Amino acid sequence: MGMKFIGARVPRLEDPALLTGRGRYVDDLHFPGMLHAAMVRSPHPHARVTSIDARQALAVPGVHLVMTYADLPAPAQQARIPMLVPNPSIKHPLMPYALAKDEVCYAGDGVAILVADSRYLAEDAAALVDVAYEVLPSAGDCREALKPGAPPTHAGIASNLAAQFTLAYGDVDGAFARAAKVVAASLWHHRGGGHAMECRAVIANWDPLQKQMILWSATQSPFLIRRSLTELLGWDEDNLRVIATPDVGGGFGPKTIFHPEEVLVPLCAERLGKPVKWVEDRRENFVATTQERDQYWDIEMAVDAAGKILGVRGAMIHDTGAYMPWGIISPYISSMTTPGPYVVPTYRLETRVAMTNKVGTTPVRGAGRPQAVFAMERLLDKAADALGMERAEIRRRNFIQPAQMPYNVGIISRDGKPVIYDSGDYPGCQEKAEAISDYAGFRARQKEARARGRYLGIGIANYVEATGLGPFEGATVRIGPSGRIFLLTGASPQGQGHKTALAQICAEKFGVGLEDVTVQLADTGIIASGVGTFASRIAVNAGSSVHLAAQDVRKKVIKVASHLLEAAEEDIEIDGGKVFVRGVPGMTKTLGDIARSVAGMPGFALPGGMEPGLEATQYFSPAQAAYCNGTAVAEVEVDIETGRIDVLRYAMGHDSGNLINPMIVDGQVHGAVVHGIGNALYEWMVYDADANPVSTTFAEYLLPTAAEVPRIAVTHQETPSPLNPLGVKGAGEGGTIPAAACIVAAIEDALAPFGVKVEDTPITPVKLLQLIRKAQANAA
Amino acid sequence: MKDMRKVSVTVNGKSYAREVETRLLLSDFIRHELELTGTHVGCEHGVCGACTILLEGRTARSCLMLAVQVDGANITTVEGIAPSEKELHPLQQAFMDNHGLQCGYCTPGMLTTLIEFLQDNPDPTEHEVRVAISGNLCRCTGYQGIVDAALDAAKRLQGGKRA
Ligand code: FES
Ligand code: FES
Repeated sequence: MGMKFIGARVPRLEDPALLTGRGRYVDDLHFPGMLHAAMVRSPHPHARVTSIDARQALAVPGVHLVMTYADLPAPAQQARIPMLVPNPSIKHPLMPYALAKDEVCYAGDGVAILVADSRYLAEDAAALVDVAYEVLPSAGDCREALKPGAPPTHAGIASNLAAQFTLAYGDVDGAFARAAKVVAASLWHHRGGGHAMECRAVIANWDPLQKQMILWSATQSPFLIRRSLTELLGWDEDNLRVIATPDVGGGFGPKTIFHPEEVLVPLCAERLGKPVKWVEDRRENFVATTQERDQYWDIEMAVDAAGKILGVRGAMIHDTGAYMPWGIISPYISSMTTPGPYVVPTYRLETRVAMTNKVGTTPVRGAGRPQAVFAMERLLDKAADALGMERAEIRRRNFIQPAQMPYNVGIISRDGKPVIYDSGDYPGCQEKAEAISDYAGFRARQKEARARGRYLGIGIANYVEATGLGPFEGATVRIGPSGRIFLLTGASPQGQGHKTALAQICAEKFGVGLEDVTVQLADTGIIASGVGTFASRIAVNAGSSVHLAAQDVRKKVIKVASHLLEAAEEDIEIDGGKVFVRGVPGMTKTLGDIARSVAGMPGFALPGGMEPGLEATQYFSPAQAAYCNGTAVAEVEVDIETGRIDVLRYAMGHDSGNLINPMIVDGQVHGAVVHGIGNALYEWMVYDADANPVSTTFAEYLLPTAAEVPRIAVTHQETPSPLNPLGVKGAGEGGTIPAAACIVAAIEDALAPFGVKVEDTPITPVKLLQLIRKAQANAA
Repeated sequence: MKDMRKVSVTVNGKSYAREVETRLLLSDFIRHELELTGTHVGCEHGVCGACTILLEGRTARSCLMLAVQVDGANITTVEGIAPSEKELHPLQQAFMDNHGLQCGYCTPGMLTTLIEFLQDNPDPTEHEVRVAISGNLCRCTGYQGIVDAALDAAKRLQGGKRA
C-alpha cells in the first residue's frame, strides 16, 4: 500500500514558492493597461455629505475617473450592500451603500473612489476631491449609545438598538434562589482587528473574449463575493468569476466580509474598460476593515456548596459598529458559547446589540467566543475562590462527562436546531493540559519565586467551539489522461495549508505522492458552488468532500479496471498510480490508461456501458457543527513596580478530532494562541469618546512580537467526530478562545496577595499598575 | 511636475537601470518597477518588517527608503537567497521543515532578517532569535515555527562550515 498521509507531518506543498519569493498575492499581479484606485474616506465619525466637487481632481493629468454615489449604476443606488446573514431579531438591518449616499456613519466610510495611472497619482488626486461635510453628533461607547437621548448613529433611526435577543433554558432564577454562593462580574473585552499581514486587495478585469468580469480578491470567500455582487448589481453568476488565489496573506475573519471596494473596483473596471487595482494600505485597514470584540458583560453564577453550577444569568451589550454585514452572528455565538464544557442546568443571557459610529464588527478569529469564555471562566474562578476550592477542581466537578455524549446543551442555535455536542472528552483534555504544564508543581514554583520577591500566577480555562459549520463545501476529483490527479475545490486558504492537507486526503486513496496531485482552489470558475474559509470549517467540509469524491473516483477506477483486465472488482488493487490484479503479476494498467479508456472514441460505445471520464464531484453538508474543545494553562509573572506582564509558559490541550496533518494543526494553535495573547495584553483599537479612531498604525496598536510570546506547548487529544467521514473538527480558532481568560486569571493569581481584580482586556502595564496601586492603598 | 532621476542598482546579482520619480519608495521600486514581488509590504510605516531587504548585506526596510537612495548599491531580496533555482538555502529549508510559514506574507522579511542575524550570531539562543525578529510581525505562526527554523538553520549552517 502506498504512503499513509492522513495523520502525517507532511511538509507543505505551498512552501517552496513562498520561500523563494514566487508567491502570487493580489498586489503582485499586473495586467497590461492596469489602472490604480484610491478611496476618498470620511474623516468624521458621523456627518451629512452636503456636496462633492471632483472637478479639481479630474483635471489632474492621468486621472481617469472619480465615482461617487451619484455615479453608481441604478441597482447600487437603490439597494444597500446585502446583509449576508439576516436575522429576524434585527431591528435596523443597516448596511452601507457602495458609496455614501448623503451621510457617512464612521470615520473611514467611503465617499468616492478615484482611478488614475498610478497609485501615487490616485492618492494625490483623492486629496483634491472636495467633500463638504456637516458634522453630526456621534455615538462612541456602545453602552452610552443605548441610553435615551444618545445621538442616533444614522439619521432617522429612533434608537441605536440594532437587535435584542435572549437565550435561556431552565428555571435560572429558581436556581439562584437556592444557591450556596452567587458570584458576579462586570467584564469588558475591547475591540481589535484581524490584522492579516496582507491588507485587503482587489483587481477587476473585464475579459472581452469571455465576456466575463474577473475579480481577484484577497478574500476568504470568493463565492460570497460572487453572490453579493450578483445580488447587488443583478449581474449573472456566469459572467462573473472571483478568484482568491494563488496566495492570500492571512485572513482571520474580516476578509470573509464583502466590503464596498469589492463592488466599486469592478464597477470602475467596467466603466473604464480597463483592469483596475485597489490595494488597501494599513491605515485604511485600521479604519475601514471590520473589527471585533467590544462586549460588556454583567453576569453572575450560582453554585451549590460542592461547587456544582446551578445557573448562569446576565446581560451583554455588543457593539456592532455602524453597519452589520454579518448580522448578529458574533453576539449570537457569544451567547451560545457561555456554558462551554460544563453542565449548566439553567441559563439566561439577554443580549442587546448597539450601533455606534465605528467601523462594523464581524467575526475575528474566535468570533464572539473569547468574550463568552472569559465570562464563564472568570465566574468559575470567582466561585472557586468563594468556596475555597482549587480552580482546576471546580472545573473537574462540572465537566460534561464523555459518557454523556452526544450532549444536548439546552440552547437553540441560530439555525433553529438544538445545540448538541457531538463528542469530546473534556476531563481528559484538561488532565492532559495540566500534565504538560506541570500544573501540580506550580504552587511550589510560585512559593519559591515569591520568596525572592517575584510574583508568579497560573490560570486555567476551557472552551468548546462549534466548528465545521455548513452549509457545505465541494470538491471535484479528476484523473487526467496523463494519470495526474486534479483536485478542485472552492475552499480558499490564507495560509492554512489547504493544498497540502487536501492533497493528503486525496493522494492516500490512490497510493500516489502529493506531487502527483494538482490542487486548485478558491476560484468560482473551477467548481459550481462554494462557501468560504471561516468558522474553522474547511477540514470538515472540504476535507470530507475530497474524501468522498476521491472515493467515488477510486470505485470507478476499480470498475473500469475490472472490465479492462477481466478480473473481479475485489481482486483489483490500486497503488503508486497503477492498478493491479491481486495474485497475477504483470496484469497492470496505469491510472492514465484507465482514464483514457473512459475518455471515449468517436463513434464507439464506452467499455461496459460506463459513464465517461474519471471524475466525481461531492458536496459535503454536515448535519450540524462538530464541537472541538480545549484547555489552556498560562503561567505569568507580574512586576509589581512597573505593571509589566510576562507570559512565562503556555500550554494547550487541544481536541480537534482526527488530525490530517499535525504539523499544520500545531501551527494553527500556535498562531491562534498568540492572537489571544494579543487580545489579552496588547491589542487595543482606541477610539475617542466621539468615535474618532486613534490607534491607526502598528506603532499605536501593538501586535505581539516574538520577544513577548512564550513557547507554546500543545498536546492533542483526538476524539473523532462521528459527523463526518474523516472524524475531523476545525482547528483554526481554538487557540484564541481561552487565552484572555487564562492569562487574566493568572495575573489575578499572581497578585492575589493584593486582591487585584482585572475586569477587562487588554490589560496593559499602565492599567495594571493603577489596579495594583489602588489595591495597595485600600490595604494600607 | 514630476521630479525624475536615474537609478542604477544591482539586485540579486543583476543590474537594473531605471528612471524613477524621486518620491518612489524603494519597496514599490523593487516590487513594481523591477517586478520582484517577493518583497512584501505590510504597513508602509516601518513597523512590520515584511519589506526587509539586504542592502550591502545589512537589513533595511524598503518601505522607509526611496528608490533614489540606492543608486549604485547592491541589494539582495528574497528571490536572491537560494543558491539556485532548484535548491533552497539552508534557512529556507529549515523554514519548510519547521513550519516556519503559513500565509508566507511575513516570510521574506523574516528570511532576510535572519540571514543577517545568523551571520552576526551563528550560534544563537532562543531568546536571541526572538529578539532578532522582534521587529518583524507575523500574524499566522505565533513565531514558534520561525524560531525553531532559525535555531535549526543555525545548526545546519554551522554543520556546513565544519564539514
Ligand atoms: S512594510 Fe515596511 S516595515 Fe512594514
Ligand atoms: S506566515 Fe502569515 S504573516 Fe507570517
